[in-house]
Amino acid sequence: MPFYVSPEQAMKDKADYARKAITRIRSGVVIACDAGILFIAPNPSRALRKFSEIYDRIAFAAVGRYNEFENLRKAGVRFADMTGFQYDRQDVSARGLANWYAQLLGTIFTDSPKPYEVEIVVAEVGKIPDDDQLYRITFDGSVADERGFVVIGGQADQVAAVLKDQYRDGMTLEGAFTVAITALGSQSNGDRPEVTAAQLEVALLDRARPHRTFRRLSGTRLEALLAGTIGGGKTEAIAGQRADEPAEGAGSAGEAGEAGGAPGAPEGTD
Amino acid sequence: MGADSYGSDGRWHPGTYLSPGTSSFTDFLAAAAPDLLPQAAGPAGPGSSDGAAPGSLARDLPHGTTIVAAACDGGVVMAGDRRATAGNMIMQRDIDKVFRSDEFSAIGVAGVAGIGIELVRLFQVELEHYEKLEGHALSLDGKANRLAGLVRGNIGGAMQGLVVVPLFCGYDEDTGRGRIFSYDVAGGRYEEHRFYAIGSGSVFARGSLKKLYQDSMPVEDTVLACMQALYDAADDDTATGGPDLTRRLYPVVAAVTADGFERLTDEAAGEYARTVVEGRMADPDGPPAPLRAAVTPNGSRGALPSR
Repeated sequence: MPFYVSPEQAMKDKADYARKAITRIRSGVVIACDAGILFIAPNPSRALRKFSEIYDRIAFAAVGRYNEFENLRKAGVRFADMTGFQYDRQDVSARGLANWYAQLLGTIFTDSPKPYEVEIVVAEVGKIPDDDQLYRITFDGSVADERGFVVIGGQADQVAAVLKDQYRDGMTLEGAFTVAITALGSQSNGDRPEVTAAQLEVALLDRARPHRTFRRLSGTRLEALLAGTIGGGKTEAIAGQRADEPAEGAGSAGEAGEAGGAPGAPEGTD
Repeated sequence: MGADSYGSDGRWHPGTYLSPGTSSFTDFLAAAAPDLLPQAAGPAGPGSSDGAAPGSLARDLPHGTTIVAAACDGGVVMAGDRRATAGNMIMQRDIDKVFRSDEFSAIGVAGVAGIGIELVRLFQVELEHYEKLEGHALSLDGKANRLAGLVRGNIGGAMQGLVVVPLFCGYDEDTGRGRIFSYDVAGGRYEEHRFYAIGSGSVFARGSLKKLYQDSMPVEDTVLACMQALYDAADDDTATGGPDLTRRLYPVVAAVTADGFERLTDEAAGEYARTVVEGRMADPDGPPAPLRAAVTPNGSRGALPSR
């Protein structure tokens, strides 16, 4: 230990440490679409999850050191359940939770010898797409209010550039999924490895469901979504023409006009 | 002392929220915010300090009464009347006493209504909290045990006369059958078979079901049997309310099967209630059971007379 470290240096060291750790891990994408809010990340593990339910319409996404963001996830669930129990279920909001996480992470960053090497997203699905909320909280407690999509971890700028180019408001679930997979694939600089359902973790805050909206997408449902992305870089119009999804039709534009919660969230049972 | 605190250095210490801890919401509350727990009124709680008789507070609080539960083919049905009384006064005509505790279970409460409803709220959050933290739901036995713990926690209040007793039932995914659990104020947990009832009208309801109930009836027949039982309870217990056809207030009826918890709509409950009442116009004491049961070769009961 040196005799003296200036506060600026100490903070900068901590920030560099955390930032470097986060850039080393693979990105995850949180993207809003007409069906709700979709979460996608590569995750070969079946036991360790990056995406989790916090409350009825609120979910938690994280990348980084597992035991640290697992702690944060549990703390968030406790905070949400406590608030909902003390007041009412509808009084639990993502904004309140994001603020609380900001305080928490800020305190940890300042007080602990080592900051948490995590980056988290708190998302709340609204009754209509305009009411969707996405908050990104970084390791030092900074909160950012995002619209449309958030990329966390890894080469976030690279992935975000692809998303910014291809993302549109009111995309269908398939369209958003395809765009996200394409964006995540751009990390490996061209050679997109064969992505299978077993290597992905995918979850959805389903706008149409009553009460608890968080669902994990896996099995045949996920494979169907993946099948729609073969060929890479598909636009949502092409995805909409798949014969086995007649409810989507050719009209992503038409669906953008539908109010959220329409049974045009067409996916069958999951 | 709370979930978090401000230390002597003025900084905020998140404390309990971040500790690995348990997956129990009740245990978390006990550490973080014990004043939110229903048993906050313990042995030193209200009623004892002014020297009044222990039950005097309880007498002025609304009490909810009869709840029945009966196993059906592939699940279980629970039904509760709608009356809350305090002494001889009807405090509420349309109180709900049967609730969805989670997707595959239901809970009904008898006793002091306010504490009972609080207990149900806490139990609902407890089950959901565990599921969110652990990633999978509790087993039905686990849920029943947890409820016993919550009832045990209210023993201080019970000794003050603020008695709350639940009836718990659920669909057991492992066996594909409904199961029923009853409790006593000490937190004792007892699995019941076929049917059970709690509350001031429970003796009459149980007597009625003893004659009407058959194993593995379809859901519809089980609902009707429960409706008859509640009608009989209301017939003999002033604290239990019968179906109010004028105000269209019917017992709360819920079925828990492989498809999950489903509460009957008011219209559907009304249909059953009208069937019961119309039958009673002819037979005020209800459908009679045969005096000599037609015993089949394997010893089971024969068919009851058609209704």
